[in-house]
Amino acid sequence: MSSVIQVQNLSKRYRIGLKEQRYDTFAQQLLATIKAPIQNFRQLRSMSKFGEDDESVFWALKDINFEVQQGEVLGIIGHNGAGKSTLLKILSRITEPTSGEVRIKGRIAALLEVGTGFHQDLTGRENIYMNGTILGMRKKEIDQKLDEIIDFSGVEKYVDTPVKFYSSGMKVRLGFAVAAHLEPEILLIDEVLAVGDIEFQRKCLGKMESLSQGHGRTLLFVSHNMAAIQSICQKTVVLSKGAIVYHGDIIEGVNIYNGIFSRKDEQSFYKDEAIFINESIDEQGVTEVESKDAFSIKMKIQNLPRSKYNFYLIFIDVAGNMVVHERIDNFQVSGNSTTIHFRIPVLWLRPGLYSYYFKLLSSELSVAKDRLLSETYTLRVTGEVDAPKLLGMLTPVIPYEIE
Amino acid sequence: MNVDSCPLNVNHYSLSNYVIQRTTNNKQPLNYDLFSIMHTPNEQLTTDNKQRPANEHTPPSAVGGLVSGGQWDQILKPSRGWQVVDWRELYRYRDLLYFLVLRGIKAKYAQSVLGVGWAIIQPLFTTLVFTVVFGNLAGISSDGVPYIIFSFAAMVPWNYFSGTLTEASNSLVANANMITKVYFPRIVLPLSAAFSKLLDFAIGMVVMVGFMVYYGFVPGWEILVLPLLILILLLCSLGLGMILSAMAVQYRDVKHAIAFMVQLLMYAAPVVYPASKVPDNYLFWYSLNPMVGVIEGFRSALLGTHPMPWDMVGIGAAVSIVLFVFGTFYFRKMEKVFADVA
Repeated sequence: MSSVIQVQNLSKRYRIGLKEQRYDTFAQQLLATIKAPIQNFRQLRSMSKFGEDDESVFWALKDINFEVQQGEVLGIIGHNGAGKSTLLKILSRITEPTSGEVRIKGRIAALLEVGTGFHQDLTGRENIYMNGTILGMRKKEIDQKLDEIIDFSGVEKYVDTPVKFYSSGMKVRLGFAVAAHLEPEILLIDEVLAVGDIEFQRKCLGKMESLSQGHGRTLLFVSHNMAAIQSICQKTVVLSKGAIVYHGDIIEGVNIYNGIFSRKDEQSFYKDEAIFINESIDEQGVTEVESKDAFSIKMKIQNLPRSKYNFYLIFIDVAGNMVVHERIDNFQVSGNSTTIHFRIPVLWLRPGLYSYYFKLLSSELSVAKDRLLSETYTLRVTGEVDAPKLLGMLTPVIPYEIE
Repeated sequence: MNVDSCPLNVNHYSLSNYVIQRTTNNKQPLNYDLFSIMHTPNEQLTTDNKQRPANEHTPPSAVGGLVSGGQWDQILKPSRGWQVVDWRELYRYRDLLYFLVLRGIKAKYAQSVLGVGWAIIQPLFTTLVFTVVFGNLAGISSDGVPYIIFSFAAMVPWNYFSGTLTEASNSLVANANMITKVYFPRIVLPLSAAFSKLLDFAIGMVVMVGFMVYYGFVPGWEILVLPLLILILLLCSLGLGMILSAMAVQYRDVKHAIAFMVQLLMYAAPVVYPASKVPDNYLFWYSLNPMVGVIEGFRSALLGTHPMPWDMVGIGAAVSIVLFVFGTFYFRKMEKVFADVA
C-alpha cells in the first residue's frame, strides 16, 4: 500500500474578532465615529494579514503530521473547535494552509455540505447538474448517472419542480443522491450524515462503502458519532485544540476521545499521589465481558490523601452517554491501600465498546474541586444480538408466557 | 456530562445499525451486521500493528526524503506573491461555468410574467426618457441621426457594462456559501456573471436591429469591427468585475459604491451626448475610459454617424487589456483568502 495523503507540519491560523472598544463620553464616541472608517479599514485589511502573534490570532491547526494509505478509511474525531473541519477544508483546497504542506495523490472530492449551489428557483433536475458540476463532475458523467441519481434520491415525481417547493428532507435526499454518485479516489466527508432519515442514511453509507470497497478508494470521515466512526473506519486521528493527540487504531482512539470528552471539565487534583490499579483489564487496558454474564471489576487504590469518599463508577457508551452511574456514599479508606471489588450483575448491554472510570469525591469536605479520577478503561461487551434488538441500548432475553 | 453530547444521543441508535461492509478484509464474507464487525477488530488490529505501530508518526523529514515531487498529483502549501490563472484547470471546470451561466439566466427571470421581456423593457424605457429629456428638452445634438437610435446604440453596450459590473462585483459575496464549502476555480463566479449578461446584450442587439430597419439604416463595412468592439467590452467589464469582486469579499463598501458609481460613470461615457462635444485637448484623457471607444465604435459600426474612431478604440483596447490582465492577477492573489473572510 502506498500513501495517498501526506500531511507535513500543517498549520492554519485564523484571526478572531477583537472586542470592540467602548467609549464613555459623548465626545469620545463622536471622535470614534469620525475615526471609524480608518479603524474599519485597518481591521478589514488585517483580516488577511498577520503580524506578530497577538491575542486576535488563533491557531486552528498547529503542526499536524499524518499519512493516509490508499484504501484506508480514516475517522477524524475531536470536540467542536478541535480543527477537524479546518483540516478537511485545507485538504479539499477550500482554504490555504498558513504553513506546512499536504501532498495528495489522486482525484479528491469533499462533501462538507449537502446540496451546495442549489438554487431555489431551479428544478430538481437542474440542481442535480448544478450541484454535480460544483462537486467536480463533468456534464457527461452526470448525463450517464442521471436516472440512477434521481432513482436514488426517491424524488422522481418532483424532479421537474423547483426545489423551493421541496421539503427540507427532499432537498437533503437530492443532495445526497448526487454526492453518493461521486467517484473520486479520495473522498472527504464532514458531519453530513446527521441529516436525513435513518433509512436514507443507511442507503448512503452503504453506497459509499461499496464504492470504496470495489476500487480501493480512500475515505476521510469526520463525525461526532462514535458508533458511525467505529463501524466504518479502521483508523482514527483524534484532534484536540488543533493538535493530533492520537493516531492509530480506532478502539484506542475512541477511548481516548471519550476520555477527553467525559472528563472535559473535570480535573483530578491528587492524581500524582493516588495510584489506581485496575486488576480486571488485560494488557491492552480492556475489560472483556459477555453481554449475558455478570462480571466483576477489581480496583486497587493506593495513597489516598483522605479517609472518606463518595465513590463513583461510571460507564460511558461510544456516543458519550452515561450508561451506568453508581455511587457509594461514605466509602471508608483503610490504610494505605484499599481494594474495592465491584460485582456487577447482568447488565444486558448491547455488544460493543464502552469506557469506564472511577471518581472519588471527598465526603469530608463538600468542595466539588476535591476530586480524584482514575484513567479511562475500555469495556468490550461481546455477544450475539438478534436483529429485532439492534436498536435497543440493552439486549435482555425477556422470558414470556402467553396466558 | 457536556452539552455537546446531547445531539449525539439522537443519532446514536440509528447509526449503529448501518448496513456496512468492512473495507479491510475483502476475503471475509460480506458482513452486514455491525456487531459481528465489532467483535473482530482484534485480529485486524494485530495485522495493522505489524505494519506500523499505531502510535508512531513518521518523521516528516524522512517522508520528504522518500518522495519525489512528481509522484504526487497535488501539493498544497501556502502560496506567495502573484500568480497566473490556471487556465487548464478552468477549462476542466467549463461545465460548471456553463451551468452557473444557465443558473444565472434562469434564476433571474424565474417566476416573472414578462420573463426575458424585461431585458427589452428596461433599456427601451430608459432610452425613451433620455430622448425626451436630453434629445428634445435639452436639445443635445445626436450626430445627425434620430436621438432615440443614437442613444439606444450606446445603451446596449453600456447596459452590458454596468450590469456585468454590478453582478460580477457581487458574485463572490452572493455565493459565499459555495466558496466556503467546495473548491472550484473561484474565477468562474465573475466569469459566469459576465457571460449570463450576454443574453441581455444579445436581446438588446436584436432590438437595435429592429430600430435600424425601422429608420432605414444600412451599416457599411464598419460593421466588421463590431466583434472587436464586443471583445473590448467583454475584457474591460470582466477585468473591472474581477477586481471589484475580489475587493468586495473583504470590503463590503464596494457593493454600496458600485450602485451609484455606475450611474455617475454613465456621464463619463458618451451615452447621452456625442463624443464630438468633448474639447479636443481632453480627448486623450477621455478615451482612457474604454467605454468611450466602445460606444463611439458601436455608433460608427451600426449607424455610420462618423468614421471608425480608431484612436479611441485603440486606447480603449489597450486599457481593457491592462485591466483584464491586472484583474486576473489581482483576483488570484486575493483568491486564497476568500474562504477565510467571506
